[in-house]
Amino acid sequence: MFKNSLVALVTVLAMAGCASKGAHNAQDTNPSAAGNSSSAGAGYGSDGQPVQIGDQNAAAQGEGLFDTSSKANVIYFALDSSDLDSAGLAIADKFAKYLTANPITKVRIEGNTDERGTREYNVSLGERRANAVLAALRTKGVSANQLNVVSYGEERPAAQGHDESAWSQNRRAVIVRQ
Amino acid sequence: MRNKFFSVLALLMISSAAHADLDVVVTGIDTAATPIAIVPFAGLGAKDVDMSQVIDADLGRTGQFRTLSRGSMPEQPSDPAGLHQASWRSANTDYVVMGQARRDPATGNVSVRFYLVDTLRGAQLLAYDMPAASPGQLRYVSHQIADLVYEKLTGIKGAFTTKIAYVTANGLGNARRFELVVADADGYSPRAMAVSREPLMSPSWSPDRKQLAYVGYERGRTAIYIHTLASGQVRKLVSEKGINGSPAWSPDGKSMAAVLSFETNPDIYVFNVATGSRRRLTDHYGIDTEPSWAPDGQSLIFTSDRGGQPQIYQLPIDGGDAKRVTFVGKQNLRASYSPDGKSLVVVNYDDGRYRIALLDLASGSMKIISDGPLDESPSFAPNGMVVIYATQGRQGAELATSSIDGRTRQRMRQPGDVREPAWSPQIR
Repeated sequence: MFKNSLVALVTVLAMAGCASKGAHNAQDTNPSAAGNSSSAGAGYGSDGQPVQIGDQNAAAQGEGLFDTSSKANVIYFALDSSDLDSAGLAIADKFAKYLTANPITKVRIEGNTDERGTREYNVSLGERRANAVLAALRTKGVSANQLNVVSYGEERPAAQGHDESAWSQNRRAVIVRQ
Repeated sequence: MRNKFFSVLALLMISSAAHADLDVVVTGIDTAATPIAIVPFAGLGAKDVDMSQVIDADLGRTGQFRTLSRGSMPEQPSDPAGLHQASWRSANTDYVVMGQARRDPATGNVSVRFYLVDTLRGAQLLAYDMPAASPGQLRYVSHQIADLVYEKLTGIKGAFTTKIAYVTANGLGNARRFELVVADADGYSPRAMAVSREPLMSPSWSPDRKQLAYVGYERGRTAIYIHTLASGQVRKLVSEKGINGSPAWSPDGKSMAAVLSFETNPDIYVFNVATGSRRRLTDHYGIDTEPSWAPDGQSLIFTSDRGGQPQIYQLPIDGGDAKRVTFVGKQNLRASYSPDGKSLVVVNYDDGRYRIALLDLASGSMKIISDGPLDESPSFAPNGMVVIYATQGRQGAELATSSIDGRTRQRMRQPGDVREPAWSPQIR
């Protein structure tokens, strides 16, 4: 919540800069508007209210997006694949909306694999998955400096078993707030 | 800038944790192996290390010896004068190791004298007085005796006084703890060298075995650390964005191959260990990882999926074209050379199983030496006669050894997950 408030504050300050400039430019043609602006405490929009930039619905969804218990932040992959399926793309879409609306929020994309194969090779495979998620977010307009990537390979399994039901839960990328 | 020295890192602490005892299981004794008996040493107390048992296990693990159980021994002499050749011939035992311990009442130190006798020829092959040792050193003295016996009978230097490094993981979620452990080659006397809540990976010994390089994670960032065992000093060699992985010390100890991904994707780099400077060896859009040095230091082998599936490639250290080395099996990963340079040990994937295999470089033939299905991280003993690797046991990942003919296997069980064994070099 703190970060969202901060975004709103930054937005207000940015608007304040624009509005006062606008008021100054408009002074000759519409001096009364400048007077209103001044009496409202300088820098608000024409109706005197702060205007928030970006998709507020996406911003409001932000807290749920990072909810690990609901796995809303987990993108799963098929065996030997780093392609996002439709479910993965839908999750990337939600995060892209949130992150473009909240440009100071930074996330870490954690790539993971199942236990098959060697450990260091799996670190590379996990990075490939995390980078696929990064690419999807970048394509949807998220700034590169909001995104970090780390691969844990097979070192952090979500499920402990040695069968496909466990493996399918472990082939994943997790998006966490940084 | 990147080569700062750290005395102790926040999450990488030096400690000496106590571990539960190993449960050692040997399977598949080779009937063609040399029959030998290690008679219980005279003069040891009930609290002392059972020295002949340690020697017995060392020799048995190689697959080259078939040891006689104590119950089947016709007699238990402590010197050659008490040995009756005919009795041992009847027990089909070609060699007998026997000995006696004497305790200095003033210091408590123990002096051990041992003999190796050839029962066929009635010849005394070895007779040694070992240096006086404290009771706590008797396990090491036992390994020294095993080395002497092994070298006398095979002509090959023993590797029983060497060490293994490995990684353990215990607990789940926030309680998960990773430890980098150094133990005797038979898995006993483990000491935790580093502890972390985040993964520790890929231990690699320096050729003088005074330092270990390994990979650590700290708050979502990885680094390659060099840990000096005697002092506990930890140096961060590199921590770029992305992967910092697969450290592999060169045979002369001056260079280290490693994997970095910050420039494009995982590629092989070679570091000057002293200065930290580096150069890039591969530049390919595929994954290049798990480098390992040829014994002459002139080339590297590594895993790459540039052909679609991961296979082993070889690259001259001064550059040039990478040449594919493995062709048998759907995948081959994490190769390393045998000490004589004539074969590679690899993780071979075929028929849905990851197994340890030896590739004979001259003939190209691949010999599977483990059962799988999830075996990994093979590492040669410094004498090239045994391979240690990680396998999936009933209670989690555990270490196992296999003789290079694949006939003799041993498992070393411990609580928690035990993985990534790295066999230390011999002290020259």
